[in-house]
Amino acid sequence: MTLLAVERLKLFTTRSPWWSMLAALVVTIGFAALMAGTSDDTAPMDLAATQFGYNFGVVVVMVMAALAVTTEYRFSTIRATFLAVPNRTAALLAKTAVVATLGALIGAVAAFGSWGIATLITPEADLALDSPYAWRAVAGVALVYFFSAVIAVAVGTFIRHSAGAISALLIYSQLVESLVQLIPNVGDDIYKWLPFNVANNFVTGDPDPSARPVEFGPPPSTAELSPWWSLAYFAGFALVLLILSIVSANKRDA
Amino acid sequence: MTTLLATERIKLLTTRSPWWSTLAALGLTIGFALIIALNASRPAEFEVSQTQFGYQFGLMVVLVMAALAVTTEYRFSTIRATFLAVPNRAAALLAKTGVVTALSVLIGLVAAFGSLGVSMLVLPDAPLALDSAAEWRAVIGVPLVFGVAAVIAVAVGVLLRQSAGAIAVLLIWSMLVENLVTLIPDVGQDIRNWMPFAMSEQFLLGPFDERPLGPWGSLAYFAGVGVALLIAALAVARRRDA
Amino acid sequence: MIEARGLSKRYGKTLAVDNLSFSVTPGRVTGFLGPNGAGKSTTMRMILGLDTPTGGSALIGGKPYADLKHPLRTVGALLDAKWVHPNRSARGHLRWLARSNQLPAKRVDEVLDLVGLSGVANKRAGGFSLGMSQRLGIAGALLGDPQVLLFDEPVNGLDPEGILWIRKFMHRLADEGRTVFVSSHLLSEMALTAQDLIVIGRGRLIAHSSTEEFVAAATENTVRVRSPQLAVLRGALGRTGVSLRDEGDSLVVSGMESADIGELAAANGVVLHELSPQRGSLEEAFMQLTGDSVEYHTDLDAPAAADLIAAGK
Repeated sequence: MTLLAVERLKLFTTRSPWWSMLAALVVTIGFAALMAGTSDDTAPMDLAATQFGYNFGVVVVMVMAALAVTTEYRFSTIRATFLAVPNRTAALLAKTAVVATLGALIGAVAAFGSWGIATLITPEADLALDSPYAWRAVAGVALVYFFSAVIAVAVGTFIRHSAGAISALLIYSQLVESLVQLIPNVGDDIYKWLPFNVANNFVTGDPDPSARPVEFGPPPSTAELSPWWSLAYFAGFALVLLILSIVSANKRDA
Repeated sequence: MTTLLATERIKLLTTRSPWWSTLAALGLTIGFALIIALNASRPAEFEVSQTQFGYQFGLMVVLVMAALAVTTEYRFSTIRATFLAVPNRAAALLAKTGVVTALSVLIGLVAAFGSLGVSMLVLPDAPLALDSAAEWRAVIGVPLVFGVAAVIAVAVGVLLRQSAGAIAVLLIWSMLVENLVTLIPDVGQDIRNWMPFAMSEQFLLGPFDERPLGPWGSLAYFAGVGVALLIAALAVARRRDA
Repeated sequence: MIEARGLSKRYGKTLAVDNLSFSVTPGRVTGFLGPNGAGKSTTMRMILGLDTPTGGSALIGGKPYADLKHPLRTVGALLDAKWVHPNRSARGHLRWLARSNQLPAKRVDEVLDLVGLSGVANKRAGGFSLGMSQRLGIAGALLGDPQVLLFDEPVNGLDPEGILWIRKFMHRLADEGRTVFVSSHLLSEMALTAQDLIVIGRGRLIAHSSTEEFVAAATENTVRVRSPQLAVLRGALGRTGVSLRDEGDSLVVSGMESADIGELAAANGVVLHELSPQRGSLEEAFMQLTGDSVEYHTDLDAPAAADLIAAGK
């Protein structure tokens, strides 16, 4: 518990979590307002469209989470941390928990804020949270952000450089996964199992996204798992990375 | 200026990041071209543009490398040592831009022809001869786009002075923001068509329908964005305390 | 020759440097003295054209820094030994500096030799100790064989051997007729290194004189006298016009040598139990001079501290 409090203090006494939160919320909610404001009969507002800025939020949360670790390495405060808490596994788990919780919080506020503002602007649209899908489409964003933050903390701990960690995370999540689809024959089959595509399935899948007009919103996923198994798969991927990074932090000189 | 260029060349090549950036850019683009070629089922229909699918990897690496070339100078305060040696800050930064751009063009050249080369090796029967203007553009355009991207990244690096910030802005902008705006109803596609990296796509892979400019006009526009950002960056660097 | 004319620098509400004017002459080591946060580094950065002054100007040999052609041939500066890319070798660092001012490549090896870094020339600078980094910084400053040299707190964090080496080095540079301007927050260090002193506090000029004059003026010489007939002695001394101060059971006399006090006592038939000359400490004097201009007060000067201790017993 003490460790969580320590990491919470460390996180919020620097500036980057604050502007990350601001950027994520302003952009996601702003986009939702824009979508609602410009919707009409040909492009009616739906639940998916309220979460238009979802992908942007993922990226901002990952940058924030990676920086939370890499700046500790840059300013050598990680050494001060390990002096204060020689159990590195505990220290890093506490940090992961705090950063991921903030990620989830950003996700929740962004998703419900986006949904709320869209409901206000287009009260006539069908935006009721009345199905398992509807709840996943909105509340699920928080869970995806949570595990995205875990992935970013793990990558940050592993690479230890801000520039390297951010480049790896952004290039992988935004470019590598979608470019894989371009590989003839096998590309689509590989893509089905890539973690961020699978994570999208949790918020967009079941009913089959292709049956709905979802071109506005989180990219429809090609994953074949059920939504909750998709989340479990994404979480498993995050946990494996986290375990690997903690093992490496324990082996390395701080 | 040749003195300054030589100075910046020494600076760039006596650190490690340009070396591994070059390696990463070439490995990713050519490696991706190889994977695509190996999986091609109908070699006879394989096109030149398909050999260049991986250029975006190289583009991202070039953006990161060029931004780091500036931001690490701020991080380690060698920018101050630079301005002590060359008080004309605009000249010093222009020389740096020149050297970083030249390296990026070189990376693009090797990446583009390397990708084409491995594809030809793997698929000897594919029609990969460069016998149309569009095919030439798809290949020779890669180094040009990398060069302009380097100018943009150097400018953003000078403006933000922070590795994490500059890289995040560059990557999020080029990979995400430009694509997200497409989804805005009614005007999204029009806005997207005027975005700089969309212009670079039109130059490399176009001409697409409904784009405001032709391929070469699009390249000019893309370069114009780079020059405008660079001018702004130089103006800011002159006024700011180093 | 360095000249500052009404130099000022404002950061938001704080005036870091306040209308500073002075000149630094060749052939001597000039110390730039002031407590931490007094504005020494800011002043040096303005002299070197890194920061733009809010007011006034700084000239080197009559020109602003930015107007110097190949500035490293005129001015060498070491502001911070850590201004080196950690992955670049010592030689690599000096090579690009040399190239930028069209200095021959062999000059790099000369200065490396001069500061004793030839053996580690190809090692990455990130692995250097502070002393080695400092030497690399000095090598960079000497690269263009400049007539004007600026060093900002060059002995900070160095071991005694390193301090001695730098001190001798600066004397040698001044003896060769160069202008040497070196900042420090330690008067004891400057008293050994500098021939002239420019003292600032809170961005303002406090003193500009030779080190000897400054030390003499700053340290008041007094004589402590104890006697069972203190009243008689006080009367006799009082008639000569010197200033007197009581300190417990003794009298502190300033403005008269101990020999003269002894003779005066003998002439008046006064028995002395103590007659001891007191020499004020340099640091104390410096603290007194700049006392009002220290940026962060601890509020723990001696009497207050004593009170606190008494209260806490």
